[in-house]
Amino acid sequence: MLEDKTLLMEMLRRMVRIRLFEERVIQLVERGEIVGAAHSYIGEEAVAVGACMALRDDDWMTGNHRSHGHPIAKGGDVNKAMAELLGKATGLCKGKGGSMHLADFSVGILGESGILGSSIPTAVGAALGSVLQGNDRVAVPFFGDGASNEGAFHESINLAAIWKLPVVFLCENNQYAVSSSFKKMVASENISDRSAAYNIPGVLVDGQDCIAMYEAVSAAVARARAGEGPSLIEGRTYRYYDHSLGLGRIVRTAYREDEEVELWKQRDPINIHKERLLSQGMATQKEIDAIDAETQRQIDDATEFARQSPYPEPEALFEDMFADPIPLE
Amino acid sequence: MTQTAEQTRNITLTQALNEAMREEMRRDERVFIMGEDIQSGVYGASAGLAQEFGYERVRDCPLSENAFMGAAVGAAAVGMRPIVESAFCFMWVAMDSLVSQASKMRYMFGGQVDLPIVYRASLYYGGSMAAHHSDRSYPLFMHIPGFKVVFASNSYDGKGLMKTAIRDNDPVLFCEDRTILGARGEVPEDDYAIPLGVADVKREGTDVTIVAIGGMVPRALEAADTLAQEGISAEVLDPRTLVPLDRQAILDSVAKTGRLVTVDMAHKTCSAASEIAAIVAMEGFWSLQAPVQRLGTANVHIPFSTALEPLCYPTAETIADAARATLE
Repeated sequence: MLEDKTLLMEMLRRMVRIRLFEERVIQLVERGEIVGAAHSYIGEEAVAVGACMALRDDDWMTGNHRSHGHPIAKGGDVNKAMAELLGKATGLCKGKGGSMHLADFSVGILGESGILGSSIPTAVGAALGSVLQGNDRVAVPFFGDGASNEGAFHESINLAAIWKLPVVFLCENNQYAVSSSFKKMVASENISDRSAAYNIPGVLVDGQDCIAMYEAVSAAVARARAGEGPSLIEGRTYRYYDHSLGLGRIVRTAYREDEEVELWKQRDPINIHKERLLSQGMATQKEIDAIDAETQRQIDDATEFARQSPYPEPEALFEDMFADPIPLE
Repeated sequence: MTQTAEQTRNITLTQALNEAMREEMRRDERVFIMGEDIQSGVYGASAGLAQEFGYERVRDCPLSENAFMGAAVGAAAVGMRPIVESAFCFMWVAMDSLVSQASKMRYMFGGQVDLPIVYRASLYYGGSMAAHHSDRSYPLFMHIPGFKVVFASNSYDGKGLMKTAIRDNDPVLFCEDRTILGARGEVPEDDYAIPLGVADVKREGTDVTIVAIGGMVPRALEAADTLAQEGISAEVLDPRTLVPLDRQAILDSVAKTGRLVTVDMAHKTCSAASEIAAIVAMEGFWSLQAPVQRLGTANVHIPFSTALEPLCYPTAETIADAARATLE
């Protein structure tokens, strides 16, 4: 049993931070303050938090289109993340990336990709950098069940395996790629089974349990740091909302049963963790309520920061293309 | 051409590229190379590098172009300076890594990261390699913001531009034209580098400007010899880098001659020659005394037969004909 109270409370804090951040995002999308696409991470918080708490600040990660949760789990700045979603100059990417392209190199986030599977090779390259530089920094690409069918995933996992690179391939299996069930789209029973083809460990984990995720990723990270190569971890989880916020209005045929959604909501990752903390006497209700209240204030502050921040100036359009600039028209 | 040292050596373009990489790998331990079959040096320019620098820094990759071209992005993002050896024909299967990641990452993330990567891309046209292997797709990379595109036409330029490409902090697509890689040229003993965005006049002239790229440069020079015998003075200008493009050098030359022939070996539509023609039409219009002539590869796939393939590309004869047409 994990008895590190500081760690357990920090897991709760980060999961609640993601949940309240995402609830605010839904409101801002409905109010038209966030434009474009936004993909909710609600329901999957334990996967990112359990995994990121097993990493050091200087470890690397890459994300995907559904990645508001990953920077928060990795300890990134919530104000800058919210400002980015509103397209503001103070955002993580100065308003040039938006919801699907959060990146925060200061906490090891090498960026998130709207093209699925596309950032997996990036993470493998970061791990190659660790080997060439002689350090023990690990890279974790987060990707979904859908992306596990991309060639980039298979090429990357083979490359990392033959070179024994310190990568933890982390599949967040939320069971649907837009409206397509992984049971119809993945040939193997579990995505973790795919590790067998690459002669590396593959583990299926309860993705609603942040401690199970933390322990599985910790073992994979230890193996990676020891130079023993990559692992594949599948966190089986569920997204409460449709693929993209607002998509429910245009999906004409139901692709999953309401009963299934309700069943998964009964295994809510935050409730599971709270109940465990209480039942094991690791935290009081008062302490838990304090985290909820403190986090709500933090999200309110982030919203206010984002709203008050300026939009980028027109000159910014031509900035950041090249490190060694050339004339652009 | 600027050749400084009295000490020069006569080496091929392949040897020049090899020397540039070797010297930069000695100078900077962050530089490493990856690609297919490079430890054995099958394709020439990487020959002997594995013996000097070891298999960690000269890495043979599996046939996973998308993965290793994308891994170059990740390695660069964490402080390495990868060189990736490949060919245009193999880049199609890596376009996601090249376009979605290498070209976009810096801008999309608000300038948080520098990506010093050299993608070395061979062009295998002109050797009966048929449709799949004969691609010359560099204009596509001019079209995608985020790449610098370099195209050397001789040994001196090849070595100097490769050094600059390796020292540059952005993704560089370095085009290697197999039709000229074996051509010899003088290269100084001393260290030198050629800046990006500086065109070079390969032959001075007063009647017509021929802008030629890569393997088209020797053909344009041959055309200029023929034209000289007819009393036509052709200036041959090599942009050397397509992104950034030395627009001023092109416009200055056209201001002097009043006539322009643009030549490259990409398909005519949306070629580098098209872009150069458009720039001169917009910014050099009042200098022009005749319509611009644009030469490129026919808009068909490259056929295998030796009876057909040579009909695709510009030749010294068709370049000379185009120059004559501007003087009619």
